[in-house]
Amino acid sequence: MVAFPSNKEKKKQKSRVTITQHTEKTFYILRIYGWAAMGWAIALHGGAGDIQKSLPPERREPREAALRHCLEIGVAALKAHKSPLDVVELVVRELENHPHYNAGRGSVLTTHGTVEMEACIMDGKSKQCGAVSGLKTVVNPISLARLVMEKTPHIYLGFDGAEAFAREQGVETIDSSHFITPENIERLKQAREANRVQIDFTQPLPKVPQETPTSSGDSQIGTVGCVAVDNQGNLAAATSTGGLVNKMVGRIGDTPVVGAGTYANHLCAVSATGKGEAIIRATVARDVAALMEYKGLSLEDAAAHLIHESTSPGTAGLIAVSATGEVTMPFNTTGMFRACATEDGHNEIAICPFY
Amino acid sequence: MGRGWAIAVHGGAGVDPNLPLHRQEEAKQLLTRCLNIGIAALRSSLPAIDVVELVVRELESDPLFNSGRGSALTEKGTVEMEASIMDGSGRRCGAVSGVTTVKNPISLARLVMDKSPHSYLAFSGAEEFAKQQGVEMVNNDYFITQDNVGMLKLAKEANTILFDYRIPSTGMESCAAAVESPIVMNGLPISIYAPETVGCVVVDGQGRCAAATSTGGLMNKMSGRIGDSPLIGAGTYACDLCGVSCTGEGEAIIRSTLARDVAAVMEYKELGLQEAVDFVINKRLDQGLAGLIAVSNNGEVAYGFNTNGMFRGCASENGFMEVGIW
Repeated sequence: MVAFPSNKEKKKQKSRVTITQHTEKTFYILRIYGWAAMGWAIALHGGAGDIQKSLPPERREPREAALRHCLEIGVAALKAHKSPLDVVELVVRELENHPHYNAGRGSVLTTHGTVEMEACIMDGKSKQCGAVSGLKTVVNPISLARLVMEKTPHIYLGFDGAEAFAREQGVETIDSSHFITPENIERLKQAREANRVQIDFTQPLPKVPQETPTSSGDSQIGTVGCVAVDNQGNLAAATSTGGLVNKMVGRIGDTPVVGAGTYANHLCAVSATGKGEAIIRATVARDVAALMEYKGLSLEDAAAHLIHESTSPGTAGLIAVSATGEVTMPFNTTGMFRACATEDGHNEIAICPFY
Repeated sequence: MGRGWAIAVHGGAGVDPNLPLHRQEEAKQLLTRCLNIGIAALRSSLPAIDVVELVVRELESDPLFNSGRGSALTEKGTVEMEASIMDGSGRRCGAVSGVTTVKNPISLARLVMDKSPHSYLAFSGAEEFAKQQGVEMVNNDYFITQDNVGMLKLAKEANTILFDYRIPSTGMESCAAAVESPIVMNGLPISIYAPETVGCVVVDGQGRCAAATSTGGLMNKMSGRIGDSPLIGAGTYACDLCGVSCTGEGEAIIRSTLARDVAAVMEYKELGLQEAVDFVINKRLDQGLAGLIAVSNNGEVAYGFNTNGMFRGCASENGFMEVGIW
């Protein structure tokens, strides 16, 4: 069981002394000037959106369990000194394989009832990055994004060209039907009936009268993402998604756009989620880093600025870690599936603002 | 309110030093013609967003630069174009990639912005949307010029050594050095590279900024490759403060979120437009080669590049006008 600490308790945890006082003082000074890394940290999300407090336990619990499971995997990998780039890929693969999140298996459907997945990965120190869009058969889009980064002269491949590259690289592919879950067929049907493009995470418009419990089923699903920093201050970010329910075929969202849904540099790593179009125009992920770089804001202040000043209420959430091991997970939606852990013992799994 | 209009256009950064004089003259004439079209539109009070679209359409329709007709070819010998447009007021934006039959990709990007719930459509979905919207469509052959067929052949010869991603990247530098041309961009000798992406930025008399960029992409690119041009914040960006369009090595521009960073240093570091342009070219590009044009909401115009040249032209309401390559 994970306890959800109050804000007061969180502060206490953050200031917990883990090294001798003398060393801590030295590190504190170094940390103020951003010279010293203070230990690893990891955060992950399963999408921000209109998540109701009334979300029944049978829908909340499997997702919480998935968050916990993925967090454990990420923490274990960091403790085993895997690079943050490997860690974020590993964690996002796991989230992609989970059918209750909108990425990989469990991706929401286009207006034609098909799956078109996209993903992006970025390494902070080298600013190397890779992105893919319009995937129909690749089991783990995030790993293909990594291959685009490492094995091509390009950063971003889309649609047939990306599929051809996947085959050339021999990554695992599978019939497109693998990704399609009954829940998502139902969600598409409802979105079509509502005759509108539905943001991946919103509650389906309740049909009047609401028919079956499934009509409010897996609607709170979103993009998935992970950011990590190791105790040398190496950073990485990864984001993966199926996009929007009932999206037009060919629609590209913020996830694969470097600087919008995903960004990492020497200061921080960011993965954003929410309404793609709002995140693109606010260049959310890059701007967290830009505020730190150009205005000297802390990670928390920079992220808060993006979520509370630059984007409209109900449109965005993000997770971010800094080179010095800080974590922040703000959102301006009703809720965001999120989890984080740091080397100094802070640990959190939550959905709504306070739990 | 604004302090007068300003406009800048570009036809790509990175110019072959041996480009024949008559080709240089042609390029300058085209840039001048496009500037004049933009100036006339601004004088008749068209909003900035309409002006950038109008000017980029003209650049796309002329086969000289790498966009629309005259686009660079993929490794399959086809054309896959991309474009994006952004209106500084409200930061509205639209983008397209993998367009193969749309005569003016920039206008399709504008329609994505105005008429779809999304901001970015690609490949068959973008084509489907184009048909739905009734924009002018042509056969893919229309975009292919004889010049580019020849260039693709040369690029393939060069790429068999230079640019094969199956060869470990450690071997790439020494191979690149073995190629005769002293200047290499995106792994290609400059004489073949010819990026020649086009773009236009405008601030109108009311201080509204807009930016538009359009390209055929990289010669001999893999089918499906997406560059910086359609990416908001990378190749194109506009907000209340400024409008920016970039060109050059796409991957370097994406990594450095070049267009957004001009605006970000103005917003967060309070630099002036030219300072901001110089800052991003000098500090943000790492090893990459690129150039950009920019206007600010108070009627300034600026450009910068770290390549040997950039096809560019700019003008402002106070009578300033300049067209240059080197």
